[in-house]
Amino acid sequence: MKNIKTIVLSNQEISPGYFRMKILSPGYCESAQPGQFVMFRVQRSLPPLLRRPFGIFRAGFLPADCDDMPAKEFIEIIYKVVGSGTEIMEGLHHGDPVELLGPLGEGFDLGAPEEEKILVGGGIGLVPLYMLAEKMVENSKVRLLMGGRTRDDIITVTEFERLGVETYVSTEDGSLGEEGLVTRVLERKLDKYPNAAVFACGPMPMIEAVQKICDSRGTSLQVSLEALMACGVGACLGCVVKGEGHSDAEPRYLCTCTSGPVFRAEELNWEKEAANNSECGGCK
Amino acid sequence: MSENKKIQPQMSVEVAGLKLKNPIMPASGTFGYGEEYAPYLDLNQLGAVVTKGMSLNPKAGNNTPRICETVSGMLNAIGLQNVGVDAFIKHKMAYLEQYDTPVIVNFFGNTQDEYGEVAARLDDVPGVSALEMNISCPNVKHGGIVFGTDPAAAFEVVSLVRKRTSKPLIVKLTPNVTDIQITARAAEEAGADALSLINTLTGMAVDVKTRKPRLANTIGGLSGPAIRPIAVRLVHQVVQAVKVPVIGIGGISRAMDALEFLIVGAKAVQVGTANFVDPNAMATIIADLEQFCCEEGIADINELIGSLEL
Ligand SMILES: Cc1cc2nc3c(=O)[nH]c(=O)nc-3n(C[C@H](O)[C@H](O)[C@H](O)COP(=O)(O)OP(=O)(O)OC[C@H]3O[C@@H](n4cnc5c(N)ncnc54)[C@H](O)[C@@H]3O)c2cc1C
Ligand SMILES: Cc1cc2nc3c(=O)[nH]c(=O)nc-3n(C[C@H](O)[C@H](O)[C@H](O)COP(=O)(O)O)c2cc1C
Ligand code: FES
Repeated sequence: MKNIKTIVLSNQEISPGYFRMKILSPGYCESAQPGQFVMFRVQRSLPPLLRRPFGIFRAGFLPADCDDMPAKEFIEIIYKVVGSGTEIMEGLHHGDPVELLGPLGEGFDLGAPEEEKILVGGGIGLVPLYMLAEKMVENSKVRLLMGGRTRDDIITVTEFERLGVETYVSTEDGSLGEEGLVTRVLERKLDKYPNAAVFACGPMPMIEAVQKICDSRGTSLQVSLEALMACGVGACLGCVVKGEGHSDAEPRYLCTCTSGPVFRAEELNWEKEAANNSECGGCK
Repeated sequence: MSENKKIQPQMSVEVAGLKLKNPIMPASGTFGYGEEYAPYLDLNQLGAVVTKGMSLNPKAGNNTPRICETVSGMLNAIGLQNVGVDAFIKHKMAYLEQYDTPVIVNFFGNTQDEYGEVAARLDDVPGVSALEMNISCPNVKHGGIVFGTDPAAAFEVVSLVRKRTSKPLIVKLTPNVTDIQITARAAEEAGADALSLINTLTGMAVDVKTRKPRLANTIGGLSGPAIRPIAVRLVHQVVQAVKVPVIGIGGISRAMDALEFLIVGAKAVQVGTANFVDPNAMATIIADLEQFCCEEGIADINELIGSLEL
C-alpha cells in the first residue's frame, strides 16, 4: 500500500463508453492481488476533489527499454464513463500525471485447486475477475459467465478465452450471445457443475440474484462490492455495508475498502442490503 | 534557494499546554485512529494525532449513503460511528503510544452525563495528551438541540466536563450559529483551555433523477476546500473574542491554506478532508510551511501567528 505519483501510458476506448487505461505502476506486479483496487487521483488540481476507486484489471511488465534496465511495471484499469471524474479520465493521454493509492482492500480467496470455478461478471463488474482467472487457470477449470444490457457492455471476453477460460455471453437485448440475464445461465451451469464455487462482481441487483441462487443450493460464493468511498483506507467510514448478524440493536458495519471489496457471501447481511443499496445498483 | 546560511526555522507551537513539533494535526474523523494512515505518513512528523470521535458506548452510525461529493467539498453523515471509549482505550491507544506525538482524543455525548463520563474515563489514560470535545451533537434530553448552538447549554456541558478531567480541554465549535463569538466566550468561561473550529457546515444535496437526498440521513456536514473562506472568517472572529488559543480547521489542503489560519491568529491547524485526497497531505504541508518560513526569512513560526495586517 502506497501512494505513487505516476503517468498514464495509454488510454483507449474499447467499446462505446468503456475505456482501458494503462498506468505506470512500480511494485504492483508483486503486490497486487486479484480483487484489489486503487484510489485513482484524476488530476492534481480540482475538480474532482475525491479519488475514484477502480478495480485492478491486470498487472504486468512493459518490454524492457534496454537489456540491463529493469522492466517497468504497469497496471490496467477499465472504466465506464458515468460522471464528472470518469469524463475527465476519458481525456487523459500518454504522459499525463495521475496518482494511485493502492493496492487496497481484501481480494478474492482463490479456493481449492481441484474445485470448478464459475466467474460471473455484469458489465464493468468483469474487471476484477481477470486477474482472478489468470491465477485460477493455473490449476482449476474456470468458466466465465458474462452479462450485459447490450453487446457494448461485453468487454475483454476474448482475453479471458486466451487464458483458457470457457466463456458464455448473455445480453438482455440479445445483441450478443444468449438473450436474457446472466443469472439464468448461472442456474444452468450450476445444474451441470453443482460443486463449483462462484465469484461474482456486477451491479447490485445481479449480485443479489446470484446470492439467492447460490444460497438456495449451498454454493460457495464470493462477491466484489462497490460503495461510495472517500478515503479507501478505513478512515472515513463512508463505505460501510451491513455485515452478517447486523441489527439495529447490534449493528455490524464492515468497511468495503478494508474488509472488502470482496466478501464471502456469508459475511454480509443480505436482507437489509437490498433496500439500502438499491440506488447504487440502479446507477449502473 | 541560493542562500548559503540556510536557516532552520523554529516550527514548534504551544497549545493548551501541549508542545507540538509543528502546528499541523489531522481533524477528527478524517484520520481514523491514526493507524490507517501510518503506511503513508510518519505519525512522528505530525504536531499531534487527533482521533475519531468517541462516545461512552459504541455507536453504529447512519445508514448508507453516508458521503457525497460536492463542488470542491463533500457532505458526510457518518453518524459518529465509533468503537466506544472503553474499546478505544483498550485496543487503539497502545498503538498510538509508540509514537512520540501527542494524542488528542475527540469525544462527544448525547447527554451532559455522557460527556462527563467519557471525559472521566479518559482522564487517567496516560497516553492521552488532551481532550477535544465535539459539541456539535444533539442534546437528547433537550429536544435534540445541538449543544454547541445554544450558548447556555454549551456553557453547562463544558463546565461539567471541566470538573471531570485534568487533561487540557479543547472545545470544538460548530459554525452553524448566528454569532460564533457568543459560543466561543461561553466555552472559554466554562473552562476550555483552547477552542478548535470549525466543525462541518450543515448541507444537503439532492439526486435530481431519483428526487431523493444524496445522503440517507438527508442532511450532512460540508467539509473540504469549499468551506475554507468561511472557516478563516470564523477563526478570525473567535480570535478577537477570546484569550485562549484557537486551532483553525476547514478546507486546508496546502501550506498556503494553513498559513491563512495562522496569520489570522490560529496557534495550530487541523487538516481533514485533504487526507482523503492525498494521504501524504500533512507531510507536504509541514515541509512547505518550513520552506515558506525559510524563503520569507521567518525564524520562528510563532512570528506569523496573529500577524494579520488590517
Ligand atoms: C472497489 C471498487 C471498484 C470499482 N471498480 C471499477 C472499475 O473497475 N471500473 C469502473 O468503471 N468502475 C469501477 N468502480 C466504480 C467507480 O468507482 C465509479 O464509476 C466512479 O467513481 C465514478 O466516478 P465519476 O466521477 O465518473 O462519477 P460521479 O457520479 O460524478 O461521481 C460522484 C461520486 O460518486 C462516486 N461514485 C459514483 N458511482 C460510483 C460507484 N458505482 N461506485 C463507487 N463510487 C461511485 C464517485 O467516486 C464520486 O465520489 C468501482 C468502485 C469500487 C468501490
Ligand atoms: C468523514 C468525516 C468524519 C468526521 N468525523 C468527525 C468526528 O467524529 N468528530 C468531530 O469533531 N469532527 C468530525 N468531522 C469534522 C472534521 O474534523 C472537520 O472539522 C471538518 O471536516 C472540516 O475540516 P476539513 O474541511 O479540513 O475537512 C468529520 C469530517 C468528515 C469529513
Ligand atoms: S472509503 Fe473511507 S472507510 Fe472506506
